[in-house]
Amino acid sequence: MTGINIDIIVDIIVSICLLVGTFFIFSTSIGLLRFPDVYTRMHAATKAPTIGITGIMIGAFLFLYVEHGIMSGKLILGLLFVLLTVPVSGHMISRAAHRSDIALWGENVRDDYAEAVKAKENPENTE
Amino acid sequence: MPFQILLNILIAVMWMFMSESYTFSTFFSGYLIGILLLLVLQRFIPDAFYMERVIKVFKLMILFTKELILSNIEIVKLVYKPKLDIKPGIFALPTELKSDWEITLLANLISLTPGTLSIAVSDDNSLIYVHAMHLEDTEAAITDIKETFEKAIMEVTR
Repeated sequence: MTGINIDIIVDIIVSICLLVGTFFIFSTSIGLLRFPDVYTRMHAATKAPTIGITGIMIGAFLFLYVEHGIMSGKLILGLLFVLLTVPVSGHMISRAAHRSDIALWGENVRDDYAEAVKAKENPENTE
Repeated sequence: MPFQILLNILIAVMWMFMSESYTFSTFFSGYLIGILLLLVLQRFIPDAFYMERVIKVFKLMILFTKELILSNIEIVKLVYKPKLDIKPGIFALPTELKSDWEITLLANLISLTPGTLSIAVSDDNSLIYVHAMHLEDTEAAITDIKETFEKAIMEVTR
């Protein structure tokens, strides 16, 4: 009797993990379509998937461990590497976008980086 | 600190030999006993007790996880908001961190926290340019990051 109950509880936990993960990844794709420019889209693309992938990986890990008794280290490693690489790629893409002179969305936006780049380039041009 | 870790591993291996069982769990219990010994004898060992730093690393990880979950909820809220009333902008964040390793960590932490995304690091490593989703009060944003992340990183590395 108790065995069945534990099975059901584990199933529910695994389903919740998977559903939360999928929900966050789905939200990311909607965010990618809805947001106005590269930078705000990078916000959506770097933040929500981390928790989405965490949810899916942990769900898969729990399922494999409980159903088949496999401790899958690969899933945990995958999670770790996603957490390490996502912010780096977000940083590089938005930096590349800024260097290709893609303007920020909105009116009268504050942009300290553009000013810094201009200040660095101008003295060289005048000399 | 490396000396203390080495000592701790040595104690764990000795524990393994004394209890004559060569499994990971014995090693682990030996390691725990080593931590206890180092804690008791910390007056006679050079440098500060290294577990203090480990605890600080754990604190940083807990802070990071909390901020990560908050940022996810915030971005999902924005995604499903019918009208986008955001005001994005890029501000310069002055940082006191020096080494490449610390700055990389700070930039990555900024990228994964609510409403901010690090765009670039200035050549002399003194400024990090941060894109904010909703930039109303620049000073508040700067002090917020400085109070939480920079402080926590400095506690770990110094």
